[in-house]
This record gives sequence, structure tokens and C-alpha cells, in this order.
Amino acid sequence: MCRLFALASREPVSPIVALNALNVMKEGHDGSGVGLFLHDLGGPFADMKDAPILSGIFTDEGLKRLDEFMHQLGFSPKYSLALTPQTAPPLGTPSRGTYLARAYDTPKNWATMTQEERELLLLSSRLELRYSGEEHQDMRVFSFWPDTIMLKEVGDPMAIAEYLGLDRPELAAGRILAQGRQNTNYAINLYACHPFFIQGVCTMTNGENTAFVPIREYLESRNITGYMGYQSDSEVFAHIAHYVTKKLGLGIEYYKHVITPLSEQELESHRDRERLLRIKQLCRKLIIDGPNCVIGCLQDKTMFMVQDRKKLRPGIVGGKPGIFAFASEVCGVNAAVPDRDQSQDFQPMYLDTAIVRPDCQEITICNQLDLLPRLH
Amino acid sequence: MQSARPITPSTLSVTDLPWQIDWDKDACTLCGRCTTVCPVNAIELGVFRKRQLATAPSLVEKTETKFSVFYGIRQRTDPAYRCVGCGMCNMVCPNNAIKPVSKPEAITHRFHMNRGGQPRTRGGRRNTNESLLDQLKFIRISMLTDPALDAGRHEFELRTLLGRVQSPEQGLTAITENGWAPPVREIYPLVIGSMSFGALSPNMWEGLIMGVTYLNEELNMPVRFCTGEGGCPPRLLRSRFIKYVILQIASGYFGWDEIIRSIPEMVEDPCAVEIKYGQGAKPGDGGLLMWYKVNKLIAAIRGVPEGVSLPSPPTHQTKYSIEEAVAKMIQSMYMAWGFRVPVYPKISASSTSMAVLNNLTRNPYAAALAIDGEDGGTGAAYNVSMDHMGHPIASNLRDCYLNLVKTGSQNELPLIAGGGIGKNGNLAANAAALIMLGASMVQSGKYMMQAAAGCLGTEGDRCNICNIGMCPKGITSQDPRLYRRLDPEKVAERLVDVYLGFDMEMRKTLAPLGRSTTLPIGMSDALGIADKDAAERLQIKYVV
Ligand code: SF4
Ligand code: SF4
Repeated sequence: MCRLFALASREPVSPIVALNALNVMKEGHDGSGVGLFLHDLGGPFADMKDAPILSGIFTDEGLKRLDEFMHQLGFSPKYSLALTPQTAPPLGTPSRGTYLARAYDTPKNWATMTQEERELLLLSSRLELRYSGEEHQDMRVFSFWPDTIMLKEVGDPMAIAEYLGLDRPELAAGRILAQGRQNTNYAINLYACHPFFIQGVCTMTNGENTAFVPIREYLESRNITGYMGYQSDSEVFAHIAHYVTKKLGLGIEYYKHVITPLSEQELESHRDRERLLRIKQLCRKLIIDGPNCVIGCLQDKTMFMVQDRKKLRPGIVGGKPGIFAFASEVCGVNAAVPDRDQSQDFQPMYLDTAIVRPDCQEITICNQLDLLPRLH
Repeated sequence: MQSARPITPSTLSVTDLPWQIDWDKDACTLCGRCTTVCPVNAIELGVFRKRQLATAPSLVEKTETKFSVFYGIRQRTDPAYRCVGCGMCNMVCPNNAIKPVSKPEAITHRFHMNRGGQPRTRGGRRNTNESLLDQLKFIRISMLTDPALDAGRHEFELRTLLGRVQSPEQGLTAITENGWAPPVREIYPLVIGSMSFGALSPNMWEGLIMGVTYLNEELNMPVRFCTGEGGCPPRLLRSRFIKYVILQIASGYFGWDEIIRSIPEMVEDPCAVEIKYGQGAKPGDGGLLMWYKVNKLIAAIRGVPEGVSLPSPPTHQTKYSIEEAVAKMIQSMYMAWGFRVPVYPKISASSTSMAVLNNLTRNPYAAALAIDGEDGGTGAAYNVSMDHMGHPIASNLRDCYLNLVKTGSQNELPLIAGGGIGKNGNLAANAAALIMLGASMVQSGKYMMQAAAGCLGTEGDRCNICNIGMCPKGITSQDPRLYRRLDPEKVAERLVDVYLGFDMEMRKTLAPLGRSTTLPIGMSDALGIADKDAAERLQIKYVV
């Protein structure tokens, strides 16, 4: 099982905190890779919250082509954080070139574009770079989104942190998702490494989703830009979260009703029975078959954790006002927030969604048997 | 020498017949039960000549040859009376003195099965045991990557949806704006395929309905039963049990007078309405109830005179174009029940299935598409239609499903697969394979006759005389002397056994695949086959 760790904090925190927590949980995972999602950034990026940041790995040739490409699109570089390690990579990590996070000034017509058009432009630019990079083997692009940096690499997480010097103030973030393993279920590929990101929505998962193929086919057939990739069976969780919250306009409370809807008997006495039954039918192709634990971050900085009923060892959420940690093992939470009230820790069971809202004040538990917010 | 009997072109010997009677003179007590029970009069009392040597005890007298007669069973060789291998003679014989023996190599009789220019008609299925569905294996086993499930203790959601499901976007709009949404039924994914009242005996029907009711009301399994074309008994129409029934309308519209008249008096809506355009056993041919079976009761329910053959036209009279057929028929059936009952067409699998499918996806009312493959069963059809017409279900279903995937409507229009499911006894494995190829549910009629009522028919051309009303088990006969052999209570009991057994086998198939929260519709990554071409055609894994 992958080890997962996530952090929601009012004050930016170094990603090393998250990688440390992963390291504490190492017993049980093989430390074969690392995936990082950093959002709500501190450091210099904090002053440019609206500037889209491109993150990825580039060869020298790739950097040149990137400049050309971005220039054509009208994006001009504003601030760059380039990690070009001079030492030899750790065992198992290939030498790839520059790890880049570059903030851009938006094109001239940005002001006249709708929010939807802007989001689409960012997404399609990232995809074009990805396709072109795959073709030429010179660019790997993980995200292109304001206030967001992503990093993926194979090898031991701690060794990679040292190799890339991840302990730098530019990388401190208020929302962190970290994961410490390469994918196993399908062919090894950097794009198959969690977390998965699309238009502000990011999730990571452990476990296995046996309904992967029909779900993938369904998402691919939605005709929505960005529903591609699927080198891992877990990528679908990110896209379902995106579909539910951004395309269907439902709140995070509905996410679990889509991926693991209530059974007939449970619905029987539910006060929202009619609506939930319809949603279960409408979104039947998005029902997962776990065991899975999903941790995610939404566009508005809300973080959540859910699992299905087959997850034998649920993840855990704990913390104190201002900082909350989500982890697949309790020792991960202990490492990151040792001075919390442990009795307030929560392990969401098969009906629960644990939510930490943008204010980072408390853990809200949304039970599937609860009444749901109205649709509008 | 015996005087030569007239030899005509159609004079055959026992060796020309597919089923040859093996009769044991020494064990036979001449009770006559076999000749009485034989549904086709294939055996009769035989008088045989016997030669005996009377050996002289002394040298004075001479040993001589004496002749006497003895009685026994003789098999008739007239092709019209050939033995059909049902084995009833053996079943009733107190001494096990008689049995039919299959001789598949004896084919001479086939050339004479067209007396008076009438080619052979029969019931049953395509006469071959080959089954692609049996070759499909489930190869994706959960072991270490995720825990396999406990088939006995885990909860499995073995339910499917029948009805048009809107897209999530449309559906949510309908919810928020309180708009109309098509009716959707949540049912068990194994539906009892259409077998008409008329094709089946009243006892068989009663048994099936009782079994279905028990499954629904006592075991909480929402099993549904499709009537076939032939109407529905008036009391059932007006009872609450009608909700377990899918009413079929076909080109003869038999029984629909009664159904329409009963609508104002119905206390529940039927589960759905199936419009039959085609049937896998005899694609492009209409239904057929031969005159032998049209007695008073059947005539009354169907609204026709007694004792006449009832062929349905091959096509619906109102049909000019596919668009019109789909729109008119579906909409008018919807209207009959105030848009509360799902309406869907059933077609025989064919290379034209895709055109039908495309039309249905464009019609917002079409509730499903039922596709019946070449191995489907029937109560009566021309042998040539059964053996040579039609399309295998697997690739036809797969093409349709993948086409839905392409247009993104795989959740919107459920596909119902039928035709040869469980023909070699592997009902659950065949059903699971079809579901993973893309079916939302499967339909089976013949298997239910075999398993719940003890039908003797096989694809080795055994019995298969369902069309002439002489069913030796009383399943497809309208003759009370025959159908009283069938106890409806026992049929109901067996039907419940069949469903419980099926349910367990489904769990035993799905649990190792790690699937329990939804039916694995289209989970093609779980399937493999050791036939490269088939694998490529079905877009599943080739495994050897
Ligand atoms: S097997 Fe059936 S058809 Fe043949 S002789 Fe016996 S009873 Fe008659
Ligand atoms: S037993 Fe009856 S139903 Fe079965 S094949 Fe024979 S005639 Fe048909």
C-alpha cells in the first residue's frame, strides 16, 4: 500500500515536514518514489497568487522549447525556481535535468476571458506541453495552475529531498499532498505517480480500484479536456472529484455519494432518498470498487479524506486549529503535529467524509446518512 | 423370406435414425408403459418370429426347427414417427428395459424431413454444443494488490438498472428543476426470458410466476419475468404481482386487447414493456404458435379462434422506417401507462444491430435494448432458421457496448443480452462474461425450462418437440393430460433453487475479481480467451 500524507495549515510549512511523516510511515512502503503537491504557497510565490505556475522536469532542449511554446501562447516568465542538481542522483533516480517551477504573467487577453476559458487555457497548455514532451522525451509537466507546484520522481523520498534541496523557503506551502511510492499496478511511469492534478483539484489514493477500466472508459467518453492519462487506476479519483465538484457543481459532501453510494437499505430511511437514488443511478459508472482511501484538495483549499467500506485500515485525520494532518497511518500524524489532542483524531469509516475547510479551524465529519446541502 | 414391404424413397431402417431404441427382451415385462408415454408414437407393440431348435432326447427322434412368435417393442422407421430421444420410455419402464441411444452419424432421415413439401419445424435451440461464452475465462484475480472478497460473507450489490438513465448533467437538471425523468427499475440482472402463455402450459406459467413472487417477496431478489407474445392471464394483470412482469408486445399483438382493457383496473404498473422486433432463434421471422396448442383458454387470452395456427408477421404492421418504429411504438406504449413504465425493443442479434442502437440512443425514451443471439431458444420455428440464421451474441453485444462507450452513453441505455446463456449448464459464468463484455443484464428462457421444469431438450437434437403440444414433461403442452405431470409448486421451488444457486455462483465469480459494490458491467479487463482472433474481436486479453 502507498503511504499517504497531507497537511492543511494556515501558515506555510516546509514540504520536508510531509516527507518526514512519510519516512516515519516507511515501514510498509518501499520508498520507491515521491509525489508532491504544494498549494497556497509561502515564500516569493506568495506575492503572485494569481500567476499560473508551471511545474515539471525539463532537459536543456526541453527548456528551450518550453520558452518558445509559452511565448507563442503569450505567457511571459515572471519568477522561476529552478532546481538543477549538481550532484549525482541517488540510487534508482535517473538524472533528468532541471526541476522547474515557473510563474508566468498571463497573456494580454486574459482580462477579457471568462474564468472557465482561463481554466481551459491553462489545462490545454499543460496537455500540449505534456504530449509534445512525451514525443520528444524532453519535458514532463505536472501542473500549470496558480499558486500550485508539483513534483514527481522515482527513488527514495528523503534522498530525493536532499538531492533536490526541497528544504527551501520557496517551497513552503499551506496545503501539501505527499506520497511515497511509484505505482505498482500498471507499467511504471512518472505520470502514474500520485497525486493527480486537474484544474485545481488534486487527489491521491491508496488501495486498488477494481472498477478502473469501466470508470476510465466512462470518464474518457465525457468529452472533457484533461480526462486522459490513466496510467494508474487511481487517477480516476481525481477526475471524478473534478467532475463532481466542477462539472456537476456538487459540493464535496456529494463526492462519496458518487463513488460509494449508499445501499438500498441505507437509502430506505434517508431523508434525501429520492435525490440520492437518482444520483446513484445517474453516476453509476463512477462507483468505485475499492479498497481505497482518497485524500484530496479542492480548488478552494478544502481538504478531505474518504474511504470505502472495504478499506480494512482506514486513514486518519488529526491536528489542532491552524494545522491538520491527513495520513494513512497514525504515526504520520504524530510526526507532523505531535502537540495535538489525540482524542480528537478521527478515522473516517465507510460512511464518513472528513473535511478541513479553507479556514483550517476544525475537522468536519460528513456522514452519508446526514441530510445533504440543497442543490442549486 | 418375409415378403418385401413396399420400398419407397422414404423407406428407412432404424439405422437411418438419429435415436435408436435399445430394448432388452429379457428385462421387458410387456407392461406397455413405454408405448403409452412416447410423445411421438415412435415405438409400438411388435410381434416377432422366433426360431427354436427342438433337440431330440433320443436317437430315434429327429431334431427339428420350430417357429413361434413373441411380443415386444418395435421402433417405427417412418421419419414422421422417428424417436426424438426424450427418454420418457426409459423413465417409465419399471425394469430399465428400454432406452434411446444417440447415433449422431445417422443422418439419412434428414433428407426426408420435408413430407408434403413442409420442411422441419421444431422447438429448442440451434443444434450445436459449441459456445464461445464457455471459452471465456476470468483472469483478473485479486490476491495481494487488494484483498479478495469473501463470497459467503461480503455484501454484493447484484442489481442492475432497467430504464433510460439520463446523463448526470441532464439528470441533475431534472432534479433541481423538478423535471420529468424516465422511469428506471432496479432489478436482478438475470431476467426470465420471454416465453408466452400458449407456448408454455398453464402449470409452467403458474410455477414460474409463483417462483418469481417468492424470490421477490420472501428473498428480496427483484427477479422479473417477461411474458413473451401471448398476453397475460386477466387475474395476473389486475393483481399486484404484475409489477414483477415485463409485458411483451410483438407483431401479432396477441393478448393486447385484454391488456389494454385491464389498464384502468391495474393496481400496479408492470415492470416494463418489451417490444419484440426479433428473436435470436428465428431472426427475421415472426412468432408461431401451432394449431395443436391453441385450445379454448389460449384462444380466449389471445383473442383468436380455437385450433388455428397463430403465426405473427415478421414485422410490425405499423412500421415504415426505423425512426418511426422506434418513436411511434415506444412513445405510444409509454403513453399507455402515463410515462411511468420503461419501454424497450428486443431484436435478434444481427449485423444491423448497431443501426437500431444508434436510433435508440437518439430517442430519449428508449429504455434499453435487448439483443437475442443465435443460440436463443424458441417454442416453434423452422429448423433452417434455428440452425443457420442469426448472429452470435458475444461480438454483437460487445460492438454495441463499445459503440455506447464511444458516444458516452454506456450508462444511459442498458443492453440486455440473451441467447444460449447456460446452454451447457454454465449459467452464472456465461452471464458474468456477458456482463463484463457490456451487458447490463441477461435473459434466459430455455435454461429455466431445463432447470426449473426438467425440460429434456438438448442441442444434441434431443426432444425439441415443443411445437406440437406433446411435451412429455408438460412444459410446453396445452393438453391437461400432459401438463398435469408438472406440479407448479415444484417448478416454483426449483426456480428459487436456480436463482439462489446462480446468485452464489455470481458471488464466487465476482469476489475473486474484487468486485462487490456494482455489477461489473464492461469490466473487460477481467476477461481472457485462448483464441487470438476472438480476443482481438472482443477487445479482451489473449491468454494461453
Ligand atoms: S425416447 Fe422418447 S421418443 Fe424415443 S421411444 Fe422413448 S419415449 Fe418415444
Ligand atoms: S421436454 Fe418439452 S419443453 Fe423440453 S424440449 Fe421436450 S417438448 Fe420441448
